Amino acid sequence: MSKKDRNNNNPFYDPSLNARHRSSKRFKTFTLSSLIFSIAFLAFFLFDIISKGSPAFEQAYINIPVTYNEKTIKNTRTAIDKKYRKIISRAWLRGLPKLAEANPEFMGKTIDTWVLADDQVDQYLKGHYHKLKRKDRALIDNMKTHGKVELKFNEIFFLNGDSKIPEFAGLNSAIVGSIFTLLITMAFAFPIGVMTAIYLEEFAEDNKFTQIIEVNINNLAAIPSILFGLLGLAIFINLFGLPRSSPLVGGLTLALMTLPIIIVSSRAALRSVPDSIRQAAYGLGLTKIEVTRDHVLPLAFPGILTGSIIGLAQAMGETAPLIIIGMIAFIPDAPGSIMEAATVMPAQLFTWAGMPERMYIEKTAAGIMVLLTILISLNAIAIYLRKKFEVKW
Amino acid sequence: MVEGKIRMSKDNKVKVKVEKLNLWYGENHALHGISTDIYENKITALIGPSGCGKSTFLRCLNRMNDLISSVNIEGQIIIDRKNIYDKDVDEVSVRKRVGMVFQQPNPFPKSIYDNVAYAPIKHGIVSKGKECDELVETSLRKSGLWNEVKDKLNQPGTSLSGGQQQRLCIARTIAIKPEVILMDEPTSALDPISTEKIEALMLELKKDYTIIVVTHNMQQAARVADYTAFFHLGKLVEYDETETIFVNPSNKKTEDYITGRFG
Repeated sequence: MSKKDRNNNNPFYDPSLNARHRSSKRFKTFTLSSLIFSIAFLAFFLFDIISKGSPAFEQAYINIPVTYNEKTIKNTRTAIDKKYRKIISRAWLRGLPKLAEANPEFMGKTIDTWVLADDQVDQYLKGHYHKLKRKDRALIDNMKTHGKVELKFNEIFFLNGDSKIPEFAGLNSAIVGSIFTLLITMAFAFPIGVMTAIYLEEFAEDNKFTQIIEVNINNLAAIPSILFGLLGLAIFINLFGLPRSSPLVGGLTLALMTLPIIIVSSRAALRSVPDSIRQAAYGLGLTKIEVTRDHVLPLAFPGILTGSIIGLAQAMGETAPLIIIGMIAFIPDAPGSIMEAATVMPAQLFTWAGMPERMYIEKTAAGIMVLLTILISLNAIAIYLRKKFEVKW
Repeated sequence: MVEGKIRMSKDNKVKVKVEKLNLWYGENHALHGISTDIYENKITALIGPSGCGKSTFLRCLNRMNDLISSVNIEGQIIIDRKNIYDKDVDEVSVRKRVGMVFQQPNPFPKSIYDNVAYAPIKHGIVSKGKECDELVETSLRKSGLWNEVKDKLNQPGTSLSGGQQQRLCIARTIAIKPEVILMDEPTSALDPISTEKIEALMLELKKDYTIIVVTHNMQQAARVADYTAFFHLGKLVEYDETETIFVNPSNKKTEDYITGRFG
């Protein structure tokens, strides 16, 4: 039987179908390759960040004899043998008097101590570019064979603030700054945003005025964030005279930026509450607040929460508006209040990324890892809360 | 007020008096000069083709139409000798005395107990605790749901079947001790067995309440209603005892609708 005959025998034979199925397959290939493309990018990004950043969680220490006495505490350089002076951290020497004060029994003795190494030593040990002289390199190699050089967990990265000495720089002040800033952001943006959404959804009549407001809120959500920085500068710093670089101003500025996101998502959540619930409640002779607070809001709450946390996560990763209001300053110590100068994590990373020393590169990457971890946790919390409060129908 | 509540020995006591009721949705004139009396402790069925205004009329009786801003209402609805559209009447208190059951069972996504207890507590009918427990029990008993749910009062009301949900909604309504109960196609989303239970319940409830029910199902009107009103194009075409409407309608339109010639 020829192919033609076979087709004639088949009542379902449709000559156009082959080409149409091929076209479907092509379409599927396009969509799938787009997906693979984006996954590849994400994988490359994560691999790059993790491979660059993970060494920063370890830091080089060397074990050398340190002499503790009146003289060495006054002139800390003399506490250490000359040959080691190039390979230890200047920042560690600065902390020597405090170390001696905390351990009075050390006085008058020479003790083998694990000492923070210079950033060049650290980079040399990790196989990165370094500027160590041959003499120092030989010394390190020799000490290594005697177990006097070690990479230890890098507490400094989490406990210290920023520093111009790379091995002494950490994220602590930026983390504290971020927490203060985001607390302010949430304290203002969440209640104002949710209340606005409730007014627009539950109270406002649908007229020209509310339509204009609605369009403008949607537009605000898409405005370049740096403009909010200019607004914050003009209002909070110049008009109200609040201290620049402070978490208060930063938080208020980010609140302006987060507000439209919270309003839009809260309105969507309120709108998704079936009208039958409102009808049922009004039908029982309940008042507006009883209907809204006790019947509508609990149903909308998971959506409101999710939108707010996503808004918070976005505010957390924001740098541009904070640069304008001065939160990019060099902050070695964590702020003690919302009025003190502070910086935030992304701004800290921005600063580090511009530093010439090689060690800041891995600190930047490690900082991105910390930031990403927090953002992913925030999103996970959002999902968890939505699932937890979601009402089954 | 007090005399209004005394049951008269004469059978037909007017509970709701509607006078020249006109309603507009914006420009659209939806109800045309409706005047009628609705009798106490009777079931009155409102029938008519879709869009005839029967549901709109029903929602006028507890001022639910006030929730729509484009609605304009003229005329009077007098309950207990007071026009509920008078300026000094709060629509919230109207809805407390004129309860409503909807087409789709719409229990709150709260526990069965809270579904019934929430509104009476807010209205100050009972306080939390034993008093409230008793009210929940009586309301659920009256709606014939008690035996089915007494062991799971803390489960969500939404976990019940459709028919049970609707009876829960009825229990919720009678818990606020209304005098009139409006039902907007209460069985159209339910299966025949649940429908039968609701209808039996309506006949039981009319001893204590005045019931006005919108229905698309003419057999239902014939089965449960004492009086039937036929609406067409926003007008009340005919209103009489159910038997008269179904057996011997005086208007040609009513006859056409009941015999299924349009609708």
